[in-house]
Amino acid sequence: MADRKERFTSLSGLPVAPLYAPEDLKEWNPDTELGVAGSFPYTRGIHPGMYRSRLWTMRQFAGFGTAEDTNARFKYLLEHGQTGVSVAFDMPTLMGLDADNPLARGEVGRCGVAVSSLSDMERLFDGIPLDQITTSMTINGPAAILFAMYLAMAERRGIPAERLGGTLQNDILKEYIAQKEWLFPPEPHLRVMVDTMAYCAAHLPKWHPISISGYHIREAGSNAVQELAFTLYDGLTYVDTAVKMGLAVDDFAPRLSFFFNVHNDFFEEIAKFRAARRLWAREMERRFHPQDPRSLQLRCHAQTAGCSLTAQQPMNNVVRTTLQALAAVLGGTQSLHTNSMDETLALPTEEAVKLALRTQQIIAEESEVTNTVDPLGGSYYVEALTNRLEDGARAYIEKLDRMGGMVKAIEQGYPQREILESSLCYQREVERNERGIVGINRHVEQDEASISILKIGEEVEKSQVDRLSSLRYRRDSFMVAGSLEALQEAAAGDENLMPYLIAAVKADATLGEITASLKEVFGTYREPVVL
Amino acid sequence: MTATTPIRVLIGKVGLDGHDRGVKLVARALRDAGMEVIYTGLHQSPEQVVNTAIQEDVQAIGLSVLSGAHNYLFPRVLELLKEKGAEDIVVFGGGIVPDDDLPRLKSAGVRMLFRPGSAMTDVVDFLKGLRS
Repeated sequence: MADRKERFTSLSGLPVAPLYAPEDLKEWNPDTELGVAGSFPYTRGIHPGMYRSRLWTMRQFAGFGTAEDTNARFKYLLEHGQTGVSVAFDMPTLMGLDADNPLARGEVGRCGVAVSSLSDMERLFDGIPLDQITTSMTINGPAAILFAMYLAMAERRGIPAERLGGTLQNDILKEYIAQKEWLFPPEPHLRVMVDTMAYCAAHLPKWHPISISGYHIREAGSNAVQELAFTLYDGLTYVDTAVKMGLAVDDFAPRLSFFFNVHNDFFEEIAKFRAARRLWAREMERRFHPQDPRSLQLRCHAQTAGCSLTAQQPMNNVVRTTLQALAAVLGGTQSLHTNSMDETLALPTEEAVKLALRTQQIIAEESEVTNTVDPLGGSYYVEALTNRLEDGARAYIEKLDRMGGMVKAIEQGYPQREILESSLCYQREVERNERGIVGINRHVEQDEASISILKIGEEVEKSQVDRLSSLRYRRDSFMVAGSLEALQEAAAGDENLMPYLIAAVKADATLGEITASLKEVFGTYREPVVL
Repeated sequence: MTATTPIRVLIGKVGLDGHDRGVKLVARALRDAGMEVIYTGLHQSPEQVVNTAIQEDVQAIGLSVLSGAHNYLFPRVLELLKEKGAEDIVVFGGGIVPDDDLPRLKSAGVRMLFRPGSAMTDVVDFLKGLRS
């Protein structure tokens, strides 16, 4: 019988053969390419027992409205079996602006929670035991400032820093590449980032100071090979920067973590996680020769692909998310966020988030896929794909080396252009009906029933603005000015900024004031337009 | 507008949102369809958008908002256009906009909103339709 299609390709455009067999793995040596789980090159997983020893952390990203609104959502998720919290901040906070900045109009509390001061942070975590959960904060440009608020809050509650566990996204290079939320030019941003790494190495042994993120690169339109290559290269750049600033690789590399997207191509995604671990271990070994094996291990969080969801027939998104979540688990992720079915329409409702969490719990507790480590290891197809992804990513890594590193490549618009071309290619495939999406170009329904969605009231912005003005009225303005001046002096020199940031947030300096003070020293950045 | 001169359109990101995958695809599709596209880039305030639109003498403004701030940003752009006597410029947009917000944006003067799943050809056809 003839094939249904002329060409079969993976979602990233790699040609797929009708059958994979031993000939496809002729050069492949399982001893060097696979090893055993928990050992170099970690293809099969970073722990010997994987999910037999411990399931992945189920961590749903959440944030909207005021600190109180999000606090209630965190408590809801913890009550339903979630094992860590993950904060989504609103656009002004992500851009280092206070809620009462004119540029923040209409944006406060809309796509995350508004946090402009230490007192907002304290309301956000009210009643949540900081020493018993782990917290992930998706914040990049102003990451060090929000981290300082978290540390100051813990100190006031009498919780020692060494007992705090969590993750700061703090990945600035992917902001220039994909997510586009930066405050300063790349060089000072990298310096502040290394400050947070050094601070964690000295005071917070359980904290992950950076989550090196491919998620946003993929959402911006890259394919799986580009996601893998640019993300790992960002990671190598951070290690290189920190080593050049005097940190010993084994003092911080064991605490680096990664964050990947899980898109629709089931086997390609599984192979991506496996290739990521192998390539990271090999590149770290080759470039930095660490002594601690944990410096070679790529540990990661994964999130199902928001960009794969459709506004049409939204219930279908539950099924897409289930398949993607299963791929992340078979790929060996350490933690996972599953998207809710209503997220192409608005931030998710409580019911939709619960269903997304239940999806993970069903995979974990009913499907029995957790019984053995790397169940697809040795599959001709998956191993061939793993090799292809590693080779493809390595070619990009070599090119970036030749270009003089990621900062130079970003300034020339190189990764941005590669991503744009992939996104154009995907869009054309969909519009030519070569790539099927149920509800968009296949099985389309007219007159769909609508589902109920989360609404965020207009009063959120006003209450946040009022709170800020009362904070400004009641605080000691001399303390604020003094703390900001000390911060600026430290920023102009080469001291670690973390103690100065902690002092400033304790004096009730706001996020926007701290950002503005730092911009005076560090300057701002405009991106090269790539179209 | 006559059928021989190309359509001039401003395409950009208004507000703080940095999600620019869709807006770039639209800008490319309109350019490929023979239109003159002025792409503003990221983080434009409503004032900047309106000033650029008037200076560049565009016939339409297409704005992308995925951050949920559409209920403020679109009406604000339309209000500024009116203040400057430029209400003949057609405003359309794209992004994450729930059904319930459509009537108020429409009554504020937003001509069309392209939501997730829209095809690039839909946007091209919409702008070509403005001529007739």
